[in-house]
Amino acid sequence: MVVAVVLVLIVVGSVVFHFLSPWWWTPIASNWGYIDNTIIITFWITGAVFAAVVLFVAYCVWRFRHKDGQKADYEPENKRLENWLMGLTAVGVAAMLIPGLFVWGQFISVPAEATEAEVVGAQWQWAYRLPGADGKLGLSDTRLVAADNPYGIKPDDPNGHDDVLIEADYLHLPIDKPVKMLLRSVDTLHDFYVAEFRSKMDMIPGAVTYFWFTPTRTGQFEVLCAELCGTGHPYMRGGVVVDTQEDYDAWLAGQQTYAQLYAPEVLKTADID
Amino acid sequence: MVDATHGPDAHAAEFPDVELYHPRSWWTRYVFSQDAKVIAIQYASTALAIGMLALVLSWLMRMQLAFPGFLTFIDAAAYYQFITMHGMIMVIYLITALFLGGFGNYLIPLMLGARDMVFPYVNMLSYWTYLLAVLVLVASWFTPGGPTGAGWTLYPPQAILSNTPGQESGIVLMLVSLILFVIGFTMGGLNYIVTVLQGRTRGMTLMRMPLTVWGIFIATVMAMLAFPALFVACVMMLFDKLLGTSFFMPALVEMGELLPHDGGSPILFQHLFWFFGHPEVYIVALPAFGIVSDLISTHARKNIFGYRMMVWAIVIIGALSFVVWAHHMYVSGMNPYFGFFFAVTTLIIAVPTAIKVYNWVLTLWRGDIHLNPPMLFALAFIVTFVNGGLTGLFLGNVVVDVPLSDTMFVVAHFHMVMGVAPILVIFGAIYHWYPKITGRMLDNTLAHLHFWVTFLGAYLIFFPMHYLGIMGVPRRYFESGDISFQPPSAHDLNIFITVMALIVGAAQLVFVFNLIWSIRHGKPSGGNPWRATTLEWQTPETPPVHGNFGRELPVVYRWAYDYSVPGAAEDFIPQNQPGTNPPHSEAPKKRRGAKS
Ligand code: HEM
Ligand SMILES: [Cu+2]
Ligand SMILES: [Cu+2]
Repeated sequence: MVVAVVLVLIVVGSVVFHFLSPWWWTPIASNWGYIDNTIIITFWITGAVFAAVVLFVAYCVWRFRHKDGQKADYEPENKRLENWLMGLTAVGVAAMLIPGLFVWGQFISVPAEATEAEVVGAQWQWAYRLPGADGKLGLSDTRLVAADNPYGIKPDDPNGHDDVLIEADYLHLPIDKPVKMLLRSVDTLHDFYVAEFRSKMDMIPGAVTYFWFTPTRTGQFEVLCAELCGTGHPYMRGGVVVDTQEDYDAWLAGQQTYAQLYAPEVLKTADID
Repeated sequence: MVDATHGPDAHAAEFPDVELYHPRSWWTRYVFSQDAKVIAIQYASTALAIGMLALVLSWLMRMQLAFPGFLTFIDAAAYYQFITMHGMIMVIYLITALFLGGFGNYLIPLMLGARDMVFPYVNMLSYWTYLLAVLVLVASWFTPGGPTGAGWTLYPPQAILSNTPGQESGIVLMLVSLILFVIGFTMGGLNYIVTVLQGRTRGMTLMRMPLTVWGIFIATVMAMLAFPALFVACVMMLFDKLLGTSFFMPALVEMGELLPHDGGSPILFQHLFWFFGHPEVYIVALPAFGIVSDLISTHARKNIFGYRMMVWAIVIIGALSFVVWAHHMYVSGMNPYFGFFFAVTTLIIAVPTAIKVYNWVLTLWRGDIHLNPPMLFALAFIVTFVNGGLTGLFLGNVVVDVPLSDTMFVVAHFHMVMGVAPILVIFGAIYHWYPKITGRMLDNTLAHLHFWVTFLGAYLIFFPMHYLGIMGVPRRYFESGDISFQPPSAHDLNIFITVMALIVGAAQLVFVFNLIWSIRHGKPSGGNPWRATTLEWQTPETPPVHGNFGRELPVVYRWAYDYSVPGAAEDFIPQNQPGTNPPHSEAPKKRRGAKS
């Protein structure tokens, strides 16, 4: 009896907690509302299954608990029932998987009009690079990282000269413009994560990873590191500021390029030529 | 594989009993023993002892999360060391060792009607190698720099770089310990596999084996295929660390200095690790599945529902779990198209897994449910396993994993499904088989106390934790109080979780006390207190002596689940009871007998 009641209370309690919980996702600030929807579908399906199974167990415990003289049924198997259950499960799984794969397809197809923004992770801070006037990021290589070249930009790649370097905690982005985040690390694994954008991706030294999104709400959002990167991992914070186009342009005008900041030797020789 | 016409008397090849190895001294009887039952107890005691350390570490971590700064000796480095050691010990040195080395050794020969494992000497070496692995792991606390704080996943390059505690020698000892563990486990695992295939008594066809043996058997086969990946990953990382190779090390800058490594791939390690790591989840789950099936059937006095389906589900889950590993790497930066493949395979596994759950609960239906401690733990397992399995459908569905991965949602999910659920089965199994091992019952009142606190406490720890993850709180954060989107109430939740964790941990002391106290003071149990059908309960002596079955090995006439057979005098018929009631040699295919 007690067991059955507790099992029912677990179901009821979990459902009530779910709806009353003050802990829930942050208000979204990107186009990935689809992801939230998939989560909601998944919550409904899995919640129903959880409640059904546990309530069924509670019923069995209440109804079939041992009493004197009681004897269990002898029922080795029931193919029909098993097939039905298997079929229903497959349908439920498909109902979650299909929208999920569909959204994943969108998540990995970057729209052609997306602009690029690079994030460089290094223990334990973020830095950013924008492609500058030519719209192209210069090549980079970890082996070139030095005090006068913290991003490891290839000095002889002309695309890099006008790249805008933002050696600050905050990156600004214009609202409603899709952006492809290119992620790079010069030392170890990190993960660029903004809860309000519902997206994250690891950064790997020696590789460039990416994800894309469209900011849909102005404001300031915290960047967290979501991959263990040594003892400073929880302190690796930054931010993304989503601006209106005017604010963004004003901010961008105040930033400096690679050439302005580090004036690499190659550039000087190039000027003399 | 299954031969339905295979009666007990038609056994093809009959070999004379091989003379058993007999211990001659106290040392070879109790310490360097080759008897699988003694080895089982050695494995289990070592695993539980080191598991206590992992439990204490979980207390310390929870203290830090709820009361940062209260325990002044916990700094970030110590926190990461605690996380790493806690996770690794729990997964490998406690649960894997206990299920396979402990229950595997004890139950396989007894349940199959064998006198011992087929290679007793290798079996003994397996335990001592495991013990050495544990000692090497513990030794890292006493080296300069202490144990590694790389996280239990040991991802390079960070695992061998500065800013990770234990960079001096902790990481090396961890890798060496894992290598030793794999070696020791391989010795034991070969034994379990060959014993299941070759050591069964007359009449014990594969399709008459109890599901416990099926679960342990398939888990062992999986471990033999998965652990080599961990083994090579450890060796390669040792080379990177000690010899300066670059398997996993790309060109990178450490503290402003370009390291001599170049060209390696950190992702390669992740593939190797999870090629082991995902099957590992099932290596601990399948024995739990098997054991819980037998607990439910015995204590509900009813045959397990859909035995053949249960066997096939175990086999299929075992096979599929080798093609899902990269669901741990959806946001690792691997080729994003892999996501489609791994999401599909991962969600397909949900189907055979769900079948198992249905069959457990359908076994309860029209049963005669005795709420003994093993049954209570089995019910608790169903609740926590279903909960944790369902949250797996979030994380397996690639795009849903994007916001949730590396958050507290993941921590809550895997604790529920591979921490709490298997541990509940371990408890149930100990309450179930303790009478066979010691000849005495565990105290029932203490068992109930232990059960309620552990089950409800663990649920209260991990259920609300999911919601912190949905909010976006990352895992492996030494401090998380200042995250911008976290309301102050989240801290209250953290305090609540910590208090529950302390209580649940304390309840385990009740259990340990019960284990020790009942060896002398428990009620004598007799040979078959649960009136169970399987062979280990039919031994002439309890506890079973060397050689297990006296002069004659038992002969098996029926499957393991003849409970409440219509027309039978008792509500169970042991597997070795001859007779044609019921007249089947394999798992019966159809429902027979009218409803009662
Ligand atoms: C009451 C029992 C337990 C408590 C309170 C507990 C608590 C914790 C905590 C606080 C963490 C660190 C979370 C973070 O900051 O990321 C953790 C990590 C972990 N725990 Fe447990 N745990 C318990 C039992 C278990 C069990 C039984 C297992 C067995 C599978 C387990 C496996 C792990 C693993 C694999 C990690 C991840 C370590 C890492 O991130 O590297 N825990 N646990
Ligand atoms: Cu980090
Ligand atoms: Cu997995």
